Amino acid sequence: MDLEYGPEYQDFTKEVESFCEKYKGLSFTDGSNNPLGSSGGSDGPQMSRSEWQKTLIENGYFARSVPKEYGGYGGEADILKSRIIAAEFSKSNTPGAMGGQGIDMLVPTLLEMGTEEQKQTYIKPTLHGEMIWCQGYSEPNAGSDLASLQTKGDLVGDEWVINGQKIWTSTAQYSQMCFCLVRTEPDAPKHAGISYLLIPMDSSGIEIRPLVDMTLKAGFNEVFFTDVKIPAGNIVGKRGEGWAVANATLGHERGSLAPPDATMNRVNMLMHLMKEETLDGKPLIEHPIYRDRLMQIQGKVLAQQSHALRLLSAKLNPGADVKIGKMIQKLTGTELRHELEGLAIDVMGEIGTLYEDSPHLKNDGTWQFIYMYFLGLIIGGGTSQIQKNIIAERGLGMPKEPKVEEA
Amino acid sequence: MYFGLSEEQSFFQDNVKKYLAEHATIDNIKHITSGDKKNLSAEIHQGLLNLGINGLLIPEEFGGLGLDLLFAAVVSEALGGGVGPTPFIAPYVMAPTAIKHAGSKTQQENYLSKIASNENRFGVGFSEFIGKRNDAGITFSDSTLNGRAMFVLDANDATHLLLADEKGQIFVVDAKSADLEIVKLTTVDKTRQYTEVICKNLEAELLEHSSDSINPINQAIDTGRIMLAADSLGASQTMIDKAVDYAKERKQFGRAIGSFQAVKHMCAEMAADLEPCYALVWHAAHCHDHSPAEARLMACHAKAHVSEMSKGIAKKAIEVHGGMGFTDLLGLHYWFKRIGLNRQILGSPELIREEAYKTQV
Repeated sequence: MDLEYGPEYQDFTKEVESFCEKYKGLSFTDGSNNPLGSSGGSDGPQMSRSEWQKTLIENGYFARSVPKEYGGYGGEADILKSRIIAAEFSKSNTPGAMGGQGIDMLVPTLLEMGTEEQKQTYIKPTLHGEMIWCQGYSEPNAGSDLASLQTKGDLVGDEWVINGQKIWTSTAQYSQMCFCLVRTEPDAPKHAGISYLLIPMDSSGIEIRPLVDMTLKAGFNEVFFTDVKIPAGNIVGKRGEGWAVANATLGHERGSLAPPDATMNRVNMLMHLMKEETLDGKPLIEHPIYRDRLMQIQGKVLAQQSHALRLLSAKLNPGADVKIGKMIQKLTGTELRHELEGLAIDVMGEIGTLYEDSPHLKNDGTWQFIYMYFLGLIIGGGTSQIQKNIIAERGLGMPKEPKVEEA
Repeated sequence: MYFGLSEEQSFFQDNVKKYLAEHATIDNIKHITSGDKKNLSAEIHQGLLNLGINGLLIPEEFGGLGLDLLFAAVVSEALGGGVGPTPFIAPYVMAPTAIKHAGSKTQQENYLSKIASNENRFGVGFSEFIGKRNDAGITFSDSTLNGRAMFVLDANDATHLLLADEKGQIFVVDAKSADLEIVKLTTVDKTRQYTEVICKNLEAELLEHSSDSINPINQAIDTGRIMLAADSLGASQTMIDKAVDYAKERKQFGRAIGSFQAVKHMCAEMAADLEPCYALVWHAAHCHDHSPAEARLMACHAKAHVSEMSKGIAKKAIEVHGGMGFTDLLGLHYWFKRIGLNRQILGSPELIREEAYKTQV
């Protein structure tokens, strides 16, 4: 056990610290229009989000290991440096790089499986925040059983003609492009009949309908495709390989949905709230029942933080057995965050139910919002029940449910 | 940066596991707990002493190995995994820690080297400092102790005991003294021994620095709690392994019960609950030696959190086994009960979480 990073990294930490100091209070000229990044401060330098994105890349604080020719920094992948960057940015409240499905999922997929032309065309504008992507995976009848998706693509001449419907498509209304799973080989077995296509969202025949979720925000959309035509070359991998292409990055999304450091920040915020808010004249924290529940959750989050260190170390030192350790992240991380946000509502009692712009609202209503939002994350990206199947079958080697013969 | 066990730690743990798998078989555990083969427990203890478990934490200057607490934690995990019917936490972890922190130079020289050489074996009774039940408790005056200490760990076959009063002062007493009565307490966990110690004008030696501050006794309790967490961690892992194996083999309705989601989800939940406990226990042990600012909080949460997770796992693992899980024949109850004791000893989760909170204000 050695939790020190070493002198090289201490220097690097100082470097990042002074960078953050330089851009303290940064605000964006394009304001909060962009849904994918934080909103920034108010009394520091100003620039557009895309300029900020480029600044981060130039300094190696974003897209660090993406080659220069595709618009990245062109450095070595360094897990500890990435962690230091994240920690320092979070500590100093410096806005991080934009995220989103293009950056988090499409770019790694193209780097691994894209053609040279695709890499040249898409990666740079995506990293610079000039090309936003949405993910066209789920369909009304293909949720947990994603591979049964039915949106179809026919190759007619040198074009794909796409018909069907996608759902749970976040950011579709802002997106220039969609990476989409489409059934192109109807006669092949279900997993082998899917292709991974890149669809410009301004193609004719695309209709986007906002889908309002229980938080009363339109966090998702339904996207309808009617005879949408795209060039035959807009495919990643070969025909019928789409399932494998998509799976190359799906695990990545799952692991990052509920990082324990963010959950611990919320624990600390809740502890602060419980010292401020009173019940019968006594701060909430002095009510043993609430205090004990807070401590229970703090223990769980500490366990997950330690676990994250173990997984980090496994990345640095290949060979460590963390197979199950990785599989549990999505399940345990999202469930714990939901539980924590729910505790905040419980300790506030009736006040915890206030929402939107109500008088007496605490912390901008984030507790109630995130409590509901995380129910969405518990379901999305593979439900908790699907996660348990994965842990049991792939992690513990338990037998699969027998397949039901189709009638 | 490396978060995990060293090769030496893994190797040592494997040796303890192998030894227990060979000698502490379920049949032998049954003999020991029913009392029909008294020597067996002592033989197993001797076998583990031969591996060197008594000197792990004793500084090299006193003839020990001077290793980190993490080393002891992996041993404790192995003992929990194999329901090792042998003293470890009191004599080789808590006692050396208490003496290291509270003992004068002379007391350290006197006792630590004799623990390392196996001339001295200590039982430990700190329960009344953590939470005094009813009229239990000992008082010190005129160099003698009077009163009762409950749930003293590993007092049988001990040469000495460390007892604490409510203020956290720690006393060394002669376990064979005529002024001391050791009453066996029968608990559900028969793999280890718990006693009540009654003192009547019992001659006692104060560990010198334990009256200056409660830091020494807290240090010793922290190590004990981390060991109990590690023990439950190991015990829980064994229960999960047994449940998963059983669910793969046992057939009902024409298929392995592990193919039913009702069963496999219980197994996945157990694994998901336990997996982060490894990191928490290792991290807590590491902080004890290398990060004093976080050490207390980590030790509290390790014990409380692992106790909670283990309780659920112990229940579910029995349920996966169905009726067989409930039998004495299968012996799964040894792990269930061990986890049950670990939860209550040195502070139940609610008491410990209260301490965790107090370290933050």
